[in-house]
Amino acid sequence: MRQSYKLIFERSHEGRRAYDLPALDVPAVDAIPANMKNEAKLDLPELGEVDLVRHYTNLSRRNFGVDNGFYPLGSCTMKYNPKINEEVAGMFEDMHPLLDEDMSQGALRMMYDLEGYLAEICGMDAFTLQPAAGAHGELAGLMLIRAYHEKRGDTERTTIIVPDAAHGTNPASAVMAGFKVKEIKSAPDGGVDLDALREAVGPDTAGLMLTNPSTLGLFERNIKQIASIVHEAGGLLYYDGANLNAIMGIVRPGDMGFDVMHINLHKTFSTPHGGGGPGSGPVGFKKHLAPFMPVPVLVEREGMIELDYDRPDTIGKVKMFYGNFAVCVRAFAYIRSLGGKGLREASENAVLNANYIKNAMRGVFDIPHDRICMHECIVTPTEEMMEKGVHTTDVAKALIDRGYHPPTIYFPLIVHEAMMIEPTESESRETLDEFIEAMKEIASEALTAPESVKACPKNTPIGRPDETTAARKPIVRYVKPE
Amino acid sequence: MVPNDRKYTREHDWVKIEDGIAILGITDHAQEALGDIVYVELPELDSDIAIGDNYTTVESVKAASPVDSPVAGRVVEVNEALDEQPELLNEDAYGQFIAKIEFAEINEDALLTAEEYEQLLAEEE
Repeated sequence: MRQSYKLIFERSHEGRRAYDLPALDVPAVDAIPANMKNEAKLDLPELGEVDLVRHYTNLSRRNFGVDNGFYPLGSCTMKYNPKINEEVAGMFEDMHPLLDEDMSQGALRMMYDLEGYLAEICGMDAFTLQPAAGAHGELAGLMLIRAYHEKRGDTERTTIIVPDAAHGTNPASAVMAGFKVKEIKSAPDGGVDLDALREAVGPDTAGLMLTNPSTLGLFERNIKQIASIVHEAGGLLYYDGANLNAIMGIVRPGDMGFDVMHINLHKTFSTPHGGGGPGSGPVGFKKHLAPFMPVPVLVEREGMIELDYDRPDTIGKVKMFYGNFAVCVRAFAYIRSLGGKGLREASENAVLNANYIKNAMRGVFDIPHDRICMHECIVTPTEEMMEKGVHTTDVAKALIDRGYHPPTIYFPLIVHEAMMIEPTESESRETLDEFIEAMKEIASEALTAPESVKACPKNTPIGRPDETTAARKPIVRYVKPE
Repeated sequence: MVPNDRKYTREHDWVKIEDGIAILGITDHAQEALGDIVYVELPELDSDIAIGDNYTTVESVKAASPVDSPVAGRVVEVNEALDEQPELLNEDAYGQFIAKIEFAEINEDALLTAEEYEQLLAEEE
């Protein structure tokens, strides 16, 4: 059905109303001094109720989420968020964060238990739920590393080592936490180059930030060696939990030698991604970092959970109240619904689904690192496609026309023309087969009718926006024509 | 094709030395690989740069790429035209510098001659 795509301002018609304010039933008071009054007309759109409702309903129908269709956005773990999570979160909706401890034991117990579950899943000694998102967790974790070295009088440790395949947030968080960043080259398989690491570590090394599986979706086989190189140099190991969905119940960051880490609850633990609600980035750590953890710390005393603020070496609060509580409830519901066995199965199926897609892409697209992958795989257009002028961005646009959210493209940076596909465990074999079929169709069309692929998307309100001009000369505000 | 009045890094940047000043930019291959450049984060005038520091970040529609400095010293000039017209780097990568650094130290070992750089380009093909 053809819809109109006008802005709400363009639908405005003077004098229309969807709502009338009741008549004033108290004496009017003119309390604002004349020189502080804004006499300009308040230029709001004026619409009748039916037009208003249609405008927003149509906008909502143009949204695409995991509840609409397959969303294989690599590194983002767009798994289905079970509706029971919402039901459980609703149980807490009447609570106020300033309720006394003895009146909020249920909520505190939930948080305390969730910290324990996350610690068990990750092989860490303790967790804090405070950070509000993944990058916030990185910042808090790095502040723990900083506090640890400073407490020991080890003040020369000012450098964080980051591999060039890392998520962009890693170097950004390190700079935010006051560190210098030293980037090291990756080995050809996308793993850490051990020689480069040996050369990079020294008395200035505060730590190394790493994700495992790597951003190429491959398990870092040398993790034990990496851990000992960093630890022997006096640094700590930070685990970026972005790819945790591949390993739950199978291997634990704590056992790999990591000292501190964050989790993206909105990835691995099925809480909403943006739009539908805030994120959450709990931080886990080993005992030696515990004195520095944010306050308040949840402690159990005689069967009661209490908020402990008496931590002289704490880095302080990193978020008001106790973090994004309602998001934590959803993660709690997910963990309790699945149990230990279920979480392991989730990871196994996430890995199986990614390998199923990767194997089906052989001979269709190029696979730069064709070995068993973890929860995501990377494919690139073939030479022949690129000779016809069809690149990663064109394949992504063609997927939109077929009803899919495109995979992550042009990341990781170390793979030329990367398309990073992360199906997650949520998808059935039929969905994967349909997606594979769509990819094959696009691949064949790229060779036989490249112009048609390059003209995609054809079924969206806007086809190909001029991305370059949009980025160079962005117009971020609607200006009403005179 | 690759000018031989300057040296190159393996990361596709160029450096030209003139009277104790190192003039830094990115190569034609680099701009080609990045695609349409939409923003160049210029270093601050008078700031001190160490060898290996990211002295600039070049952002394209595809990615943001930090660029490492092969020299250590003080920033004495930046190419302010890039603020308004980042596309200049796409149009003439060898004719547009990003920053000029009065250098105290240079990492000669890491630099390639034009001939060596052309060889690197051929190998990467």
